[in-house]
Amino acid sequence: MPVKSSTEPKKSLSQVIAEHNSDPGALLDILRDAQEIHGYLSTAVMEEVADQLDIPVSRVYGVATFYTLLATEPKGKYIIRVCESPPCHIRGAVNILETLKEVLGVNPGETTEDKKFTLELTSCLGVCGVAPAMMIGDQVYGNLTPERVKEILKTYE
Amino acid sequence: MSYFRAHVLVCAGTPCMLKGAGAVKDALCREIERAGLQEEIRVVETGCLGPCDDGPVIVVYPEGVMYSKLKPEDMAHIVQQHLLKGRVVENLVYRAEKEKAKSVVSLEKKGYLDRQYRIVLRNCGRINPDSIEEYIANGGYEALGKALTAMTPEQVVATVKDSGLRGRGGAGFPTGLKWSFTAPIDADQKYIICNADEGEPGTFKDRLILEGDPHSIIEAMAIAGYAVGADQGIVYIRGEYNLSIERLQRAAARAREMGLLGKDIFGTGFNFDVQIRTGAGAYVCGEETALIESLEGKRGEPRLKPPYPGVAGLWGRPTVVNNVETLANIPPIILKGAEWFRGIGTERTPGTKVFTMLGDIANQGLIEVPMGITLREVIYGVGGGIPNGRGFKLAQTGGTSGGCLPKEFLDLPMDYDTLAEAGSALGSGALLVIDDSHCIVDVLRSFMKFFQHESCGQCTPCREGTFRLYELFSTLAAGEAGQDDVKLIKELCQAMQLSSLCGLGQSAPNGVVTAFQYFEDEILRHAAGECPAGVCRNLSAGTRAV
Repeated sequence: MPVKSSTEPKKSLSQVIAEHNSDPGALLDILRDAQEIHGYLSTAVMEEVADQLDIPVSRVYGVATFYTLLATEPKGKYIIRVCESPPCHIRGAVNILETLKEVLGVNPGETTEDKKFTLELTSCLGVCGVAPAMMIGDQVYGNLTPERVKEILKTYE
Repeated sequence: MSYFRAHVLVCAGTPCMLKGAGAVKDALCREIERAGLQEEIRVVETGCLGPCDDGPVIVVYPEGVMYSKLKPEDMAHIVQQHLLKGRVVENLVYRAEKEKAKSVVSLEKKGYLDRQYRIVLRNCGRINPDSIEEYIANGGYEALGKALTAMTPEQVVATVKDSGLRGRGGAGFPTGLKWSFTAPIDADQKYIICNADEGEPGTFKDRLILEGDPHSIIEAMAIAGYAVGADQGIVYIRGEYNLSIERLQRAAARAREMGLLGKDIFGTGFNFDVQIRTGAGAYVCGEETALIESLEGKRGEPRLKPPYPGVAGLWGRPTVVNNVETLANIPPIILKGAEWFRGIGTERTPGTKVFTMLGDIANQGLIEVPMGITLREVIYGVGGGIPNGRGFKLAQTGGTSGGCLPKEFLDLPMDYDTLAEAGSALGSGALLVIDDSHCIVDVLRSFMKFFQHESCGQCTPCREGTFRLYELFSTLAAGEAGQDDVKLIKELCQAMQLSSLCGLGQSAPNGVVTAFQYFEDEILRHAAGECPAGVCRNLSAGTRAV
């Protein structure tokens, strides 16, 4: 998720829900906005959304855990998504993942101790012309090699 | 408006931007100013030009010369030589046309685009996607005007039906027929949904169409709305497609300002508007009923059909769901007629298809060719063959849910029906070429890893089947599987194809099933502890090449 700049005042969850007319049909959009505000969808946030939309918490939890762009656990400042779909696989995505695991010292699904990076795997990012590819935050990186991955990570220090 | 003697189009598609197109454009503008040409030469950012592997790419018009693999420091030379003196800088010309670049060559006629025929991509790379004026100057919104003022809704449906256009999202269902189910229904509300939730691995055609020509989709949705009697359109687009989302939003806003969306369009009393909604990362939402569930704020789990969305879709109302590429065909069909469209492609599948060429192929990227072209023409013609001196092993058409075709199928004409008969699919147009350095078991394992992650979990055959298949192929690759496991794989595939709820589970085993038809020996040798390609680390490498 994009990191909001600190100058932009954050909306409250109630404001977001009001903007969507308390419509349960807009649950997906509300959860995305809620995640931008809080960083991730904690149990407390999901309960509040359910309460204000007057729907069961189980439905909110069901949606929150269905979509990969929604998170119910706290994540690092930057989320690294490594594409592991077949087009990237045959161009050597495995080596990219190995490099990231080695440099960051975490496995997919884990966050580094300094809470800076969360390493994740993703399905096709749709940039197969430059496979193998990964995303860090909103930024896409293609034509990766283990050396280039190390260089890219340095720019986030 | 001032007159420019030349236009330089800078590809601002995602692959080129990743390769530094932004810096190239800045350098180009600087050099143009330094040469004092800013009143004569116009620089335009445009959508994908196609040869993504060779980015950053620019095209200089009116000559249509394409330069590739550019660096900012090349710009001074191009400005000095080409734009000032009119000499083509041959060493920077895109390599597929290089041999022919003795003098000025045209993008349309030479090299890369030789075998291409552009309907869907008619504007991509030619106009500024953020400019509605340029779209209109190229015939944009004329089809909408014609439909609204000179045709009845029935005539629009009949024209699309007669054209033989089939859905380009993967299934190939006749578009006109789809519209004709929804059109006669009497309902208080109908919807047009553009399915832009492009998730099939290896497919990025819809993203490039939306980035390069967003207005064509908005125009087509309005035409569809008029044809079936809907006044609301929704584009459901992948949340990861940031640039497409921005351009679509700007395009819709401009169309609204100019009265091409909104109330009383062209003074005909027809109302139509479009909203853009984003997905949140779920492959299954490309399935039309899962997409509708997602739009209703739920988990994207496919519905049982019937009823089909055409009768009861979003909020239970009649809903037409069309793919981006399908819609991009609509305005030209309305303008030029069904007969013209039927004259392109094959009899059963008229028109063109946008393919994304990937994997072990020299020219990776996007092409639009007439339906019925053979794999050989694409791979060895437009695609430039297989690099690094390797041999062809297989091509997977239709994305990860398609089948694996060996070299015996290189001369098969590609359309929906012939590929389905061969056990594969035309699908979304992804064409993954795999050379002989790869192991079939390793490749299949990668396919299954994708599906076990993307299965929505609603029905058992797909949820358990994809998981078990991935597990079985992992054991095969590790040298821990025996003949019984191979038998189990085959049984699982059959169960999934026959009993899964939606297309995801039904088509997930396609790659495996075709691999058993054409590469069975190689799979069986894994069960005997041998990997002929020498890829699976725990197994002994084979004694002969595969």
